[in-house]
Amino acid sequence: MLPVIEAGTGPFTQPPTINPAVTADWLVAFLQDEMRARRSVAKAVIGLSGGVDSAVTAFLCARALGPENVHAIRMPYKHSSPASLADAQLVTDALGIHQHTVEITGAVDGYLQLEPEADARRRGNVMARVRMVVLFDQSAKYAALPVGTGNKTERLLGYFTWHADDTPPINPIGDLYKSQVWELARYLGVPRELIEKAPSADLEADQTDESDLGITYARADAILSHMLEGYSNEQLAERGFTEHDVRLVRRRLDGTHWKRHLPTTAMLTNTAINEFYLRPVDF
Amino acid sequence: MEPPVNLDHRAAPLRVAIVQSKPRKGRYEENLRELGEVFAQLTAAQPAPDLVILPEAALTGYFLEGAVYELALDARRFAADLARTWHEAAGGATVDIACGFFENAGGTYYNSAVYVEVEHGKHCVRHVHRKMFLPTYGVFDEERFLSRGRRLQTFETRFGTMALLICEDVWHAIMPTIAAVKGARVLIVPSAAPGRGIEEDDELGSIARWREILHATAAEHGVYLLYAGLAGFEGGKGMTGSSRVVGPRGRTIVQAPALGAHIVRATLDMREIDLARATLPLLGDLGAVLPDLLLDEELPLPRGLHASGH
Repeated sequence: MLPVIEAGTGPFTQPPTINPAVTADWLVAFLQDEMRARRSVAKAVIGLSGGVDSAVTAFLCARALGPENVHAIRMPYKHSSPASLADAQLVTDALGIHQHTVEITGAVDGYLQLEPEADARRRGNVMARVRMVVLFDQSAKYAALPVGTGNKTERLLGYFTWHADDTPPINPIGDLYKSQVWELARYLGVPRELIEKAPSADLEADQTDESDLGITYARADAILSHMLEGYSNEQLAERGFTEHDVRLVRRRLDGTHWKRHLPTTAMLTNTAINEFYLRPVDF
Repeated sequence: MEPPVNLDHRAAPLRVAIVQSKPRKGRYEENLRELGEVFAQLTAAQPAPDLVILPEAALTGYFLEGAVYELALDARRFAADLARTWHEAAGGATVDIACGFFENAGGTYYNSAVYVEVEHGKHCVRHVHRKMFLPTYGVFDEERFLSRGRRLQTFETRFGTMALLICEDVWHAIMPTIAAVKGARVLIVPSAAPGRGIEEDDELGSIARWREILHATAAEHGVYLLYAGLAGFEGGKGMTGSSRVVGPRGRTIVQAPALGAHIVRATLDMREIDLARATLPLLGDLGAVLPDLLLDEELPLPRGLHASGH
């Protein structure tokens, strides 16, 4: 009898992985090129939430620009978890970057007192948009560029506030699935507390991303990575994913294409911007 | 007989088994009997494979020198031997077999590979490829004993269009290129590769080179590449086995070790080919540009009357 070596099917249902050392070097080079070489900006501001995405972004920026050129902005609302503030502090302490705390309660409540009927979703969106107002203003204050912290999973699932979390002009981790961000975080030395806690938008008490989404990041990442390669729902179900999970991810993906684009503009002329008049972003 | 083209072949999975054989030098009948035992093993583990692939010179050994004339067979006789061996081991089970052998074509000798379909004890030779690039340098001396094949043809199978390329054939990028442009979705590569190069970190240099070529070829054209490597030492020259299935995105799906006889099994999702080609449409680009490249008058190609000096 000859020994038999069988092709495995295991990795297909696992989330995509990265080589974190190569990825980190690449993203550091990206940040240096986009900020210093292209824009002549030496400093970054980052909204530091206490979560792993903004922590990884801060670690990358500190590597790329030097910790003295990184300004972390904590923007708590009155209901934000104190643990989030403490976890953000761990990042600041680990890196030796600047940290500023700007309470957004006054700005948020100043508006929401006019809208007392606003539900949790509206309130969360207001908070996210106020944070962007603060972040951009802080960037002007420090002559810095806001750096985005949205990951690929939340971008693909539409799990973010449009024209809020996604507004910074550059984003080093936007093409990394959440599972890959965790992998990069471990490599970069992000404090363990941030990697191990359940991800949360922290817009409501006891909120977690995975309970909001109805699926784990590991499973969503595996499904999304294959959907983007062109696999049909049927093929994914054949290969070990549940129909429920596949349909859930497909629905969120297909329902949120608009969130990954600029506003749709009516075309009226043959010089319509980004339709006829085309210039690359770095031209 | 018309080729049995399965119009649904793009959706049907292909169960492939690569038999990394380690033949006894020159003992064809004995090796054939051992192959029967391997066939029995393959059919005992259900589901049985749809396609069985063996290396170059799989049943004789590779370095034969003048003995090649004693061991070369007519392609029909060799195919019949394969089919009979399968039938005796597996009964009426349907299978396709691709295998390398030394061919005697009426006194002209080739390093060839046959693709034969076996069903209910009957068989049909679907294609014979004669190796076109005969290594004749260093340790190799093929062209001293063998003639070059002159045509690269693709052929239809129940799993879609395929091509056979033998060993050095696939080292010349134009060979898989032409096969792919002619429609091949699966490239079968029987090989006998003596190992050398000990500078690499974790494998022989020649194995690393093969891997690079196979990965690049599969990825460029969006094809499955089924590599069957001969195993065993032949007069101090160790054949590097390493049989593998490479997917149309250019990644190895499964691989055998370098040493020893093995069976490599995989189930191929043929729809992967279309997905890979959609992601990286190099083959489509090539089809459009290839005529311009080949019509370039600076190329040293025969040009009808002009080239013949008139």
